[in-house]
Amino acid sequence: MSTKQTLKRVVIDPVTRVEGHGKVSLLLDDKNVVRQARMHIVEFRGFERFILGRPYWEVPVTVQRLCGICPVSHHLAAAKAMDLIVGADTLPPTAEKMRRLMHYGQMLQSHALHFFHLVSPDLLFGFDADPAIRNVIGVARKFPDLAVQGVMLRKYGQEIIKATAGKKIHGTGAIPGGINKNLSVAERDAFLKDVDRMMDWSRGALKVAKDYTVEHLETLAPFGSFDSNHLSLIREDGAMDLYHGNLRAINAGGDTIFDQVDYQDYTDYIAEEVRPWSYMKFPFIKSLGPENGWYRVGPLARVNTCDFIDTPEAEAARQEFMALTGNKPNNITMAYHWARMIELLHSMEKIVALLNDPDLQGTDLVAKGDRREEAVGLIEAPRGTLFHHYKVNADDQVVMCNLIVSTTNNNEPMNRAVAGVARDYLSGNEVTEPLLNHIEVAIRAYDPCLSCATHAMGRMPLVVELFGADGALLDRRVKE
Amino acid sequence: MSDAITFTIDGKTVRGKPGQTIMEAADEAGIYIPRLCYLSHLAAHGSCRVCTVQVNGRPQTACTQPIAEGMTVENDTEALRQVRRDIVEMLFVEGNHYCMFCEASGNCELQALAYRLGITAPKYPYMFPSRDVDASHPDIFIDRNRCVLCGRCVSASRDLDGKTVFEFVGRGPDKRIAVNAEARLSDTELDITDQAVEVCPVGAILKKRVGYTVPIGQRKFDHTPIGSDIEARAAQAEEN
Repeated sequence: MSTKQTLKRVVIDPVTRVEGHGKVSLLLDDKNVVRQARMHIVEFRGFERFILGRPYWEVPVTVQRLCGICPVSHHLAAAKAMDLIVGADTLPPTAEKMRRLMHYGQMLQSHALHFFHLVSPDLLFGFDADPAIRNVIGVARKFPDLAVQGVMLRKYGQEIIKATAGKKIHGTGAIPGGINKNLSVAERDAFLKDVDRMMDWSRGALKVAKDYTVEHLETLAPFGSFDSNHLSLIREDGAMDLYHGNLRAINAGGDTIFDQVDYQDYTDYIAEEVRPWSYMKFPFIKSLGPENGWYRVGPLARVNTCDFIDTPEAEAARQEFMALTGNKPNNITMAYHWARMIELLHSMEKIVALLNDPDLQGTDLVAKGDRREEAVGLIEAPRGTLFHHYKVNADDQVVMCNLIVSTTNNNEPMNRAVAGVARDYLSGNEVTEPLLNHIEVAIRAYDPCLSCATHAMGRMPLVVELFGADGALLDRRVKE
Repeated sequence: MSDAITFTIDGKTVRGKPGQTIMEAADEAGIYIPRLCYLSHLAAHGSCRVCTVQVNGRPQTACTQPIAEGMTVENDTEALRQVRRDIVEMLFVEGNHYCMFCEASGNCELQALAYRLGITAPKYPYMFPSRDVDASHPDIFIDRNRCVLCGRCVSASRDLDGKTVFEFVGRGPDKRIAVNAEARLSDTELDITDQAVEVCPVGAILKKRVGYTVPIGQRKFDHTPIGSDIEARAAQAEEN
């Protein structure tokens, strides 16, 4: 590579307060200007390979082990694919609603974890604050009410997952064609008891995120921001739907790239590029090519792509959000947090509606039909669109598996965000603490799930190495 | 009764009938002796050694040793519990047992034994053997990764189903359950209603397409440890 001779490399490893381990290399030219940022995903999970030969009904339980934060997404995406494998094109209402309840419970707990435990230290203390204070313990000391709300909202979501999946983490609720239990009246009543408090706290979290973004808009608007395409599932009437729908992609200006695409045909619209320096692939919209076809997923993309949200308070919040950018798509990276809290409130509103739905006490739990050999299951996971694609042979064994996880969809956007921030905050050959913090803040906006690990304490060591154009180590900085 | 045989288990007097094994007499008396390969309606195999007890100071398998007048049996001692833990741990490391996503989890006797014996993690290194699966049968799936070579399917197929579908082949670490066909399970006479399919204590012989249909919380060992059903007989045995 010709660039080898002229670029310097800065390595930030690992990134703190991100789910899993990450490493960042900054490629500098000989004028110390950031040419490219590369976020390395070092974990290799291998699920697509070792699931081969296993019986299909085992898959929803096995593949959720990809992650300990949002295993429900994998559990449900795989179950949705297996629904089609067993020919269950339509699930009994009890099954579909139990799964939705499970999913909204997960959205609630995952978004609450991210916002209260991982992000709030940055927002409450500022990006440049001492890391010794700027962590979840610091938040608990200075803002104890907020910290407790975060813990309790997350607990509520986890309890909903337990009531629907059997366990808070890695349950077995969704089975091919349906669900293995309904919601008892006792379980329902226990949840209904707390809904007012949870709604209040969700509103409060949304307000913190909104106020922060609006107050600091001047700083946040350019922070790691860039125009991009956006992709998500969408309901047939254009409403946000986190559990099911068709694919919609729009460009940075809001023009439709494709709409209401049946995700069984996703390979006609989405392709994945492999780059030699990363285990993680780079998906792109085929019609636009790898250069221009990359897109964002997750809360920001979902709020951008939908025409409306079908719960009143979240819809009001969406309108406020979209008004900020003149009802055009919002391309501000840091607006992810605001969008995420709109979804938190939406999920809570959905939970309340579902808890009051008598279908959850139904007893028709599983549907069946004619067997298929191939199926795709999609879901909007907390971090974005999640693709599960399987082929199953006549002996019931999985013979092909392709997973495009949410963070993979955001691969290129995260690299762009890091490059943008690094360009603004790196000068000379020194890696400063504020630079590291700002890069981390940009990455964290995407809530990347780099593996299954959890590091809510924010105490991971950080190693930074700066390499000269000739490959020599110029500077090294270690944060304990 | 004049033909009763009186002996003790852990100092407790037990009355049995002539011809009974220690296991049978203990079960009737409501005393749980841990076991894995033994099933009351199958011929005792004595292979897993989990039911090892001290009989007059010597180790014997409770499932094969007949009772005798005045015999002294030790069952629930720390030394024997350690022997049983070691045996179960070795079974775990010898196969590929991933309880966390196994569909037998919660109903599995090996897992339940480990919980009852207080095994949190094996101290022996995992062997990670390469074992095969057989998915050829339309209704039944064999996953040899989880087979503990208890021999229940061999006995049940032969003695209850009259079919001899299963048999052991190989020796030592290469020992495995083979099927009575050139290659595949689908070429045997095995039927979904056979007893051989019912008796597997782990997730090695499975009925297809029913995994995970019983929710967590309603599985066999979710609330009471293995052996509780036998111990529940103790009160009744006292009355008699």
